[in-house]
Amino acid sequence: MTAEVTTAPITAPAFPLSRSRCPLNPPQEYERLREEQSVSKVTLRVSGKQVWIVTRHDQVRQVLGSPDMSSNWKLPGYPLQVPLPPDVLETLELPLVAMDPPDHTVRRRALIPELTAKRMQALRPRIQEVTNQHIDAMLAKGGPVDLIQELAVPVPSLVFCELIGVGGENVDFFRRYAEQMVNRDITPEEFGAAQYEMEMHLQGLVTAKTENPGDDVLSRVIAKNNETGELQHNDLVALARMLLFGGFDTTANIIGLGTVALLENPAQLAEVKADPSLMPKAVEELFRYLSISDSATARVATKDIEIDGVLIRAGEGIIALNGSANRDDRFFADPDALDIHREAKGHLAFGHGNHQCPGANLVRVELDVVFTTLFSRIPTLRLAAPVEELEFKHDQLIYGLYSLPVTW
Amino acid sequence: MRIRYDRERCVGSGACAFTLPEIFDQDEDDGRVLVLVERPGAEHRKAIEDVAASCPVLALSVEDD
Ligand code: HEM
Ligand code: SF4
Repeated sequence: MTAEVTTAPITAPAFPLSRSRCPLNPPQEYERLREEQSVSKVTLRVSGKQVWIVTRHDQVRQVLGSPDMSSNWKLPGYPLQVPLPPDVLETLELPLVAMDPPDHTVRRRALIPELTAKRMQALRPRIQEVTNQHIDAMLAKGGPVDLIQELAVPVPSLVFCELIGVGGENVDFFRRYAEQMVNRDITPEEFGAAQYEMEMHLQGLVTAKTENPGDDVLSRVIAKNNETGELQHNDLVALARMLLFGGFDTTANIIGLGTVALLENPAQLAEVKADPSLMPKAVEELFRYLSISDSATARVATKDIEIDGVLIRAGEGIIALNGSANRDDRFFADPDALDIHREAKGHLAFGHGNHQCPGANLVRVELDVVFTTLFSRIPTLRLAAPVEELEFKHDQLIYGLYSLPVTW
Repeated sequence: MRIRYDRERCVGSGACAFTLPEIFDQDEDDGRVLVLVERPGAEHRKAIEDVAASCPVLALSVEDD
């Protein structure tokens, strides 16, 4: 370590910081931090623990690309952002996202060949079919409707059923589960019961797919594993669970927020309506602009590391804010503007390094289909309430909307 | 112009294969990058450099012959 290393001052504001200005923008404070104190400390609201945040694009890449960072939720310094009682954490089977190499490497390698760009593109016709059905239903009902309930939640849950090869009445099971997960009035008991039921369901599903493989992602992971024998039954259940938690809520949230962002930028929306071949670039820009899992990219240092002259010690927690990185004007010109023509690809909304989201290509296809179809089938779609009155998920780890009244 | 790639580093995100399917693919066995056209024409340079910059492990680069 060099002599210039400084320790950041110990004013550690409560985290998450609040989104005071437009709810489609990240906390305004990020901008000041990037300029004046790009590596600084915050106090997690959930636990009172002090952890580091890094806010610039290059710093976020440095943290997420470093071999000296762990994703292990069980390490004491890890910046957990959900309230997990210590005894629950102790016995928790860590998901892929919370594993380190070599455990992480083996499991990720089992999964990614089944989530390739080609395989995800191959799901396009089915995604189109599911989207059409829900938009038909919306049109039949007539506005105003809640876009979250009618489209944003059911489409990803049906697509998930495709991934894990679930059909028939089991589809309703997943749909009900998805609805329960977005119901704010659910009691802790009902929530626990739904999780337990889901767990049993996934257990049974892995057994069924082992005995009776189908043509789906989960069956192929299982079949390949039968040859290598690397993973146990519970590892396979954990992968199915990871796809569920990684893919359901995220996609639903970005469908809702993305719709608002497009409606709020009518000139750009008009362009993509006129030329749907612009949609993939618009979708990439929405990932950057919305950065719905800003703080999900968290780590704990396993060695002392210096970031722009600030020393972070082994054992200390770091949140590499991808949403702040995505608004860094050192990397993106005019970062607070939604611009569907920009080269948004360098955004970090799916993370960076060895944990980067393997579901990204699926979401790319889903959003391309959903937005293109929504705005071509219902060209006069508009918000049925002012943006200021929409219910944003300020209290959730993954940002989104609780409901989205629209009409046409 | 030639594409350099490091299959050992690749984490199979498929960002390259999604964006430029005529140049990149992914191995069916391990999901890692396959380069279909190692020496693409100069007109692809900008697109390939953009993709290389978005690779999460910086496993791709373009070099001159
Ligand atoms: C807009 C939607 C999505 C966003 C913004 C998103 C974001 C992310 C981010 C930031 C990470 C990295 C976390 C870290 O570095 O610690 C991640 C990991 C992951 N995501 Fe996504 N995700 C989305 C959709 C999906 C979907 C649809 C799936 C499933 C098909 C999925 C499956 C996963 C998995 C399995 C991981 C763990 C990868 C690993 O640890 O190696 N995600 N996601
Ligand atoms: S973008 Fe990089 S990590 Fe992703 S498949 Fe291509 S080479 Fe591999």
